[in-house]
Amino acid sequence: MTAMERTASVKALKGVVTGIATVSRLTGRGGGAVIGGRVALALDKGALGKLAAGRSLFLVSGTNGKTTTTALLAAALGTAGPIVHNTTGANLKTGLVSALAKDLESPVAVLEVDEAALVPVLAETTATAVVLLNLSRDQLDRYGEVRLAAQKWRTSLGARPEVHVVANCDDPLVVWAAQAGGSVTWVSTGQRWRIDATSCPNCGGRVTWAGEVWSCSCGLARPEPEIQGGGDDVEFGGRSFPVQLQLPGRCNAANAAMAVAAARVAGVDPEDALAAMVGIANVAGRYREVNLGPASARLLLAKNPAGWNEILDFLAAPPAGVVVAVNARGPDGYDTSWLWDVDFERLEGRPVVAAGERALDVAVRLRYAGVPHDVCPDPLVAARRLPPGKVELVANYTAFQTVLGAVDG
Amino acid sequence: MAEPDRSSAVRVALLYPELLGTYGDRGNARVLVQRLAWRGVPAELVEAPWGEPAPASCDIYVLGGGEDSPQASAAAALIAEGVVNRAVDDGAAVLGVCAGFQILGHSFFGPGGAARPGLGLLDCTTARRASPRIVGEILVEPNPEVGLPALSGYENHAGLTDLGPRAVPLGRVDVGVGNGDGTEGALEGRVVGTYLHGPVLARNPALADLILSWFVGELEPLDDSEITDLREERRQYVAAEQARRSVRRWRRYRRRRMSSTARPRAANFSV
Repeated sequence: MTAMERTASVKALKGVVTGIATVSRLTGRGGGAVIGGRVALALDKGALGKLAAGRSLFLVSGTNGKTTTTALLAAALGTAGPIVHNTTGANLKTGLVSALAKDLESPVAVLEVDEAALVPVLAETTATAVVLLNLSRDQLDRYGEVRLAAQKWRTSLGARPEVHVVANCDDPLVVWAAQAGGSVTWVSTGQRWRIDATSCPNCGGRVTWAGEVWSCSCGLARPEPEIQGGGDDVEFGGRSFPVQLQLPGRCNAANAAMAVAAARVAGVDPEDALAAMVGIANVAGRYREVNLGPASARLLLAKNPAGWNEILDFLAAPPAGVVVAVNARGPDGYDTSWLWDVDFERLEGRPVVAAGERALDVAVRLRYAGVPHDVCPDPLVAARRLPPGKVELVANYTAFQTVLGAVDG
Repeated sequence: MAEPDRSSAVRVALLYPELLGTYGDRGNARVLVQRLAWRGVPAELVEAPWGEPAPASCDIYVLGGGEDSPQASAAAALIAEGVVNRAVDDGAAVLGVCAGFQILGHSFFGPGGAARPGLGLLDCTTARRASPRIVGEILVEPNPEVGLPALSGYENHAGLTDLGPRAVPLGRVDVGVGNGDGTEGALEGRVVGTYLHGPVLARNPALADLILSWFVGELEPLDDSEITDLREERRQYVAAEQARRSVRRWRRYRRRRMSSTARPRAANFSV
């Protein structure tokens, strides 16, 4: 294909995606971030590769923190020139095609990619760098084996040695996968969820920790990090850069450190990268404050035990109330057993409402945790039912989307 | 066998949660301990991490679900130590869920498909594999021999389990797959195996109380109204899902018939 032919086909794809998105919006079927991409891919299986070609492409994947890290990295890379990124969390191939088709000009693309979709995306594009955050239990009925995901990453990174990897050295599953890459920048994020990686992904033996440092008798061990984060500072090259985010919690400091490391690959200085991140107050509705009459609710997304346990660290102190909203649709996983891996005992002393389509599963879990609670399936009604003042509304994926839809009317 | 007047705390061991704890099954240990605590009976949860000697002299040992390779590591460690087998000889109970159920039998699939020896505490063998993997809500009609109400849970497994004559199933599968031959779970003495997650004891308090009663005698009822609501909601969901499925099956059947015989050929039309 000549350059001119490629330009023509890419422009046609843009027409398809923007046209369908417009139709989708006009007919009240939503923003069309996914449907446009689906049609484009049906017309041209190679659409993703064509739309990504010629750009400097950054991919972000992992169980938790994808959307936020993508937003932070996009802000950092945006200091050097125009970028395109998928802002709404549509992270399957269809969503990526839609995002890229809408902006053919930007020379840099930052894309959040679903853990399973990363394999075909790596195969069909020539990424500059891929950022690997963490791997832990999520959507039990869909993922089943988290180490199988690590194995697939490992194989596909081994086949693309030219892609630079930015990886979390505190997660043994991520390290094992990333080591197959051609070149790796290791970042320490101070990850604390360890139970999914106690059995070594390489040999099945026991991974042991001594403080932050972990190792297995087979030789798999924590690599020495080039960049340290997860706290008040990002440390790099003997220098310390203060992290001042509006986004709360240790997990977002960790996401920022990963984004700083990835931005360096594009030549953006850590100081400039961090300065650009300060402006971000919410990401796809997460961390957003909404006024609900008597209650002022902060919207938080938590969809698995590792994510929930990070959020429990920064929840507002009592008397602030908490809504725990849980659905179990396809994107959430149909199995709610994971609620028992969350330390809901830590909610004791706060007014709590169990909400979402699986409010009763939450209620039973809270009962055994010794946390008195109300039950109210509608998360927003639940928030209004709490004592007036600050409310933390924590929802899993589709429950969160429902809340956002209702808040934005 | 029951020890209704015991003065020491009932000890519940959660075995190797790093290996056998993928599906929230640690909840089973919490449920056991909490249901005694609510009744003022002293109880203690003992976490037994992999790599350390498993605690002897516990009353109830709980094993959860896990992936193939960790499952094999757990079985190898438990066989090498022999602690659980000795405890069962002395009257202890065991609850094994999913991968934990499979390793209580004579043998199970290891990583790569080769048969691995189990603990031999349940007269059963896991030697057949379902494809695709069985994932979904499960509802079990009670076995009158066991004396439990219907069991509700979520199953996610590939292995299928055949019971020998010494083990009795917990019930017959109403919706779902269970052991694979229409039965679900196994009970032999004080050893219980099941494919139900949820966790199983959170959704089925009667099973939790049955196990506890082996150690503290008859138990006074608790306010389980929220659990009753949850069980009823799940039962209705499963029933509605069944109905949706049969409508889909009927539509597929009708389409097939239409396309093979009833549909008039294009040539018969003149417009």
